[in-house]
Formats: sequence, C-alpha cells, structure tokens
Amino acid sequence: MVEERRIRLWQDKVETQIDMNGDGPPLVFLHGPWGLRSDRDFLDRLAATHRIYAPRHPGTTPGDPDAIHQLDEWWDLVVYYGELLDRLGLGAPALVGHSFGGMVACEIAAAMPERVKRLVLIDPLGLWRDELPVNNWMILPDDQRRQALFADPAGGAAERFFELPAEPGARAEAQAGFIWSQACTGKFVWPLPDKGLKKRMHRIAAPSLIVWGDADAVIAPDYAKDFAERIADARVALIARAGHLPHLEQPEEAARLVREFLGR
Amino acid sequence: MKVCMFHLMPYRDLAPDFDQRYKSAYLDPVWFDVADPDKVGQYYNWTLDEMVHAARAGMHGLCTNQHHQNVYGFMANPSLMGSVLAKLTNGQNVAIVQIGSTLPATSPPTRIAEEYALIDCISGGRLVAGFPTGLPTDATISNGVVPVEQRERYREALQLVLKAWQAREVFAWNGKHYQLPMVNLWPRPIQQPHPPIWIPGSGSATTVEFVVDRDDCFCQLSYFGAKNAETLGDYYWETVARRGRDANPYRLGFLQLIGVSETDAAAEEYAPHVEYFFHKLLYTPQYYQAIPGYQDHTSLVRALKAPLRERFDLRALKYKDFVERGFLIAGSARTVRDQLIDGIKRLRIGHLLALLHFGSMPHQLCLENIDRFCRDVLPSLQDLWDDEWEDRWWPQRLQPKQPVASAAGS
Repeated sequence: MVEERRIRLWQDKVETQIDMNGDGPPLVFLHGPWGLRSDRDFLDRLAATHRIYAPRHPGTTPGDPDAIHQLDEWWDLVVYYGELLDRLGLGAPALVGHSFGGMVACEIAAAMPERVKRLVLIDPLGLWRDELPVNNWMILPDDQRRQALFADPAGGAAERFFELPAEPGARAEAQAGFIWSQACTGKFVWPLPDKGLKKRMHRIAAPSLIVWGDADAVIAPDYAKDFAERIADARVALIARAGHLPHLEQPEEAARLVREFLGR
Repeated sequence: MKVCMFHLMPYRDLAPDFDQRYKSAYLDPVWFDVADPDKVGQYYNWTLDEMVHAARAGMHGLCTNQHHQNVYGFMANPSLMGSVLAKLTNGQNVAIVQIGSTLPATSPPTRIAEEYALIDCISGGRLVAGFPTGLPTDATISNGVVPVEQRERYREALQLVLKAWQAREVFAWNGKHYQLPMVNLWPRPIQQPHPPIWIPGSGSATTVEFVVDRDDCFCQLSYFGAKNAETLGDYYWETVARRGRDANPYRLGFLQLIGVSETDAAAEEYAPHVEYFFHKLLYTPQYYQAIPGYQDHTSLVRALKAPLRERFDLRALKYKDFVERGFLIAGSARTVRDQLIDGIKRLRIGHLLALLHFGSMPHQLCLENIDRFCRDVLPSLQDLWDDEWEDRWWPQRLQPKQPVASAAGS
C-alpha cells in the first residue's frame, strides 16, 4: 500500500508529497518532466525489495503549484533535495532518477557524495553535444511526442502514458498536471539541459548504473557513454525496444537491472 | 475615441507553397531559404512610409511591436521604428504607441526604460508606453527566457522601469531577476510620472486581472475580430466591475483588421492579402505558442476548462468566411463604419488599433486603404465616447482633439 506523506520544506514555503511503499533499504526515486503519474508500476516492482520514497519536484504537488516560484536556480534545487533527505532521515539512500530526475540525482551525488549509496540514472539529461542536440521535449508537436518518447508509439505503455479521463473536469486537471510538471521541471533546465554538470560530476563517488532505452529520441543513447566516462565507477545497460521511458516500456527489464545493481 | 494605425511589418512576398514547405511562420523558415534582404529593406521603408502617411491622414496614433525569428512581423526592436516615427511626425498631433518592447526578454530592462524615454523626448511627450509580456515563441524560444519565469520577470521589470523613470535619487535595485548597483536613468520621459501605459494580452485571465488592478489600458491583440471577442470582452468588463473600476471605454484597446474599398464588392481586392495573413503568417502551431509554463497554473486550468479565446481552423477559411465571420471588416466605407461602430459599442472599445496593412498587401493598396479609412470612416468614429468619458491613457499634450486633417488623399 502506498503511503502519501506531505511535508513542508524550504522555510515552509514548498509543500511536497512523497509516495512511500515497500520494505527494505531506502531508495529515493526522482521523476522526469511529465510527473510521477505514470511511474507507479515501476516503483511497485522496486518496492518488493526496497523502501521507496518518491517525492514530487517543487511545484508539482497538487494544491501547491506556485511553490515553483520559491526556488530559482539549479543550486537552490540541489540544496532543496539535501533538505528533503534530511527531513526524511535518509543518510545515504540509493538514488534513482529518470530523465530530468536523473540529472538532479547526478547533481546531488556530485554535490553531496556521502549522501548517495548507489546511483541509478535512467535516460538522464544533463550533458550536451552540439552534434547530437537533446530534442526539446517541451516544444514537441503532438504528432511527434509519442515517437520521441516511445520506441513503440502505439504500444500499451504509450497508450497508458497519454491516457486521459473521460470526465471533462478530471480531464482538464490531468492535462494541466502533465503540462505544469513540464513547466516546473523545465524551470531549472530551460532552454538547454546543460547546467554545468560536466564540471562537477567527477565528484560522484557512488557506484553508478546508467540505463538507457536504445531507441531514446529525446536524448540519444550515445550519451550513456559520456556519463559513464565521467563517473569513476559506472556501468551502462541498454534496454532494447525502449525509448526515453524504458522503465515504462520495459518495466520488468528495467526493474530487474536496477534491483540486480542495488544488490537485492 | 482614438484610432491608431497598427502594423506588423510582415514578409510580403512569400512563395505560394510556403505553408506546404513549413509547418510554422515562426522559427522554422530559414532566412536564406525564404528572404531577400533588399526586399526586406523595402518593407521596412514602406512600413515607415505607411505609418507616416496614416499620421498625416488623421490617425491618432502609430503602433509598433516586437517579434523575432518569423515571417509574420519582424520589427525586432520596435524602439528603432518608433524613434524614426517620432522624428518624422514631430509637430503632428499623433501618439507614438510602442506596444511594444517585451520587458522579460531584455536584460536589463532599464534599456527599454531608456529607449522609451528617448522616444518620449524626441517626440515631445507623445509616447504611449506599451508593455507586452511577449509571445512564448519570442520570449522563451528566441530570447531564452524560462517559460515559468516570464510573467514574474515581466512584473519585476515593469516595477524597475517605473521606478527608474521617476526616482529622484540614485538607487540600487536588488531584485530576484535583476540586480543593478546604481540606477540613475538618462534620459527620463517628458511625461511624468510616466507615459500612459498600455498592456496587450490575447487571452490570459491573469493578464486581464493584472492590468485592471494596475488601472492601465488593456489592449486585446486578437486577430479574430470584434465579433469573436465577446468571451474575453465580457470577462474583461466583468473584471473591471468586480475590482471596482469605472466602465471608461478608454481602458480597452482592440485590434481589428480593416479593409475599405469603394464598394462592398470591390473589397475583394483584399482577398489574397487576408488569406495570406491567416494562412501563411498567422501560422504558428500550438507547440510553439503554448509552451508549458507560459501560462500560470490558474490560467492554464481555466484555459483547459473554458478558454477565453476561441480556436479556429484558419486554413479552412477563405476571404468570404473571414468577412462574414468578422475576422476582417471589409467593404464600402459605410459597411466598415457600421460594423466597426457596432463592435466598438458592444465591446466598449476606446482605443481602436486598426490593422490597415495585413499579409501581402502591396504598398499602394495600403496607402489607399489608409486614405479611404481616414477620409470616410474615421470622422464617424472619433467622437464616440467623448461626451461621457475622458481618455486617461493618452499623452497629455495630445489631449485637445484636432479636426481630422485634410491630408487624406493628398
């Protein structure tokens, strides 16, 4: 059963909801630009062996959208997550981040190496190559978004990801959540998701696993090597038949890789 | 009422297959594949000539605007155009309406405070200071402003500009987005404490409320015509009433495409140009306009539940549709006059922004449109509201109204 805990951080100016379930060593999951809505199945798989803590990024907790204006910079966000770990009483959890969340996880592990036991990056943002630009996920046409995010744009994972409630009010709320999550996470990385991580990531001490969907059309799998080269103890695992959200398209494989790496 | 000439300064000679080749008028068309710099030089000059002609013909104000990286209108810095217009219209009873420079996209925004003050000085106090938040395509893509910060930056920038215009002492600005150690602006505007402020918007409830609370003039820059603006118009006047402001029509500006001809049938001369405008120029997909964060959460939820601005499949509409549905008011002077007065009264418009050049309209036709409008339509409009209301959003030095100049057609 998922326990939803709300806490106020940042001089009580930011409320965040943390979804918690499972038993075992602590694992903090940081979601991507589209919110936590679709990650539940993957998290349940990890919850078989770990105590999962899945916070929502600032501004994306329902009921407190304007909290996003309380943090301004990348540095604020890293310190904010340090505070979150303190408040949850987590000394050095495993840290798993997807996409934008992977970039944040990487930065936490670089800024506070002692606070991260093991690091898992799933299709993380954070690096930039001019010859292989990251596809700007915030300005994708509707007819290209599916192709950019999913290896199989017509598959079940894509269907579930884009599914909206039929009732108009709930539908509007769901759409707003999807858009607002991108707005809030985008605040820290617009216009390009390169905020100097390459200067800092040599500090990462945690053994790291870099997971990548081999058909990722947002940030190409070639970037996996760039991350691995810059982290002292890193290995790469590509997932076949998966795009930018391999933990949704191939949840079993993704969860297996993560659990094996985390040693349970 | 006041009527101002609005001009977008578009690319006038796009290839017929432009809209098949590109998915957007913004951002995608590469200059070298589309544009001819000599032609563009000609457009800028024509635009200035058309604006000056409109001033001589009796228009009350001339409106410039800022857009980037597109074929739809590219006065990249409206202050450059506005300063030329200020100089060329010196001695005339015409406002220079900068509507305007986009504050959040200019850093530091004191640059805009200086440019506006400079225009006010050159023009002898004829500036109307317009402060758009900026289209998402312009501000967030062309200028890299963080979408969710655009509004917040805008508000801080506006405060900074107003203080920079008025402060009697040198001050330091320690803002969230801007930090300046010593602000002591040179020049300052002739109009003190500040020139009239107009704030354009297209459909954001938050902007409407902000403008009403500030007691500025709200300009609705819709291209869909007065006929299709009732939802936002109603919302605007309800907000005005709810917030305890008076119903002075001068607190509302409205943009309207207008084409005046000798007869209703002859107005078909505008057909290719209005279709070019809506099919080729006003052709920016949602994914470039509705970037996540460009609306605050409240406006976003509202827009998803009950949009203030209607959406149309513009490319399915033809000249006849644009006229019948009121996107374009075109016809004989009488037809145009009747339809305009109807819309003006219904929406309570005090400042009409007349888009007398649109799309591929050639220079000569634009001059004729201006002449016919100023000669045969404007005289019937300009006395509206004046018996009841004072225009508090107009340069003081221009207050006494002059008769419409006889320059029309000269």
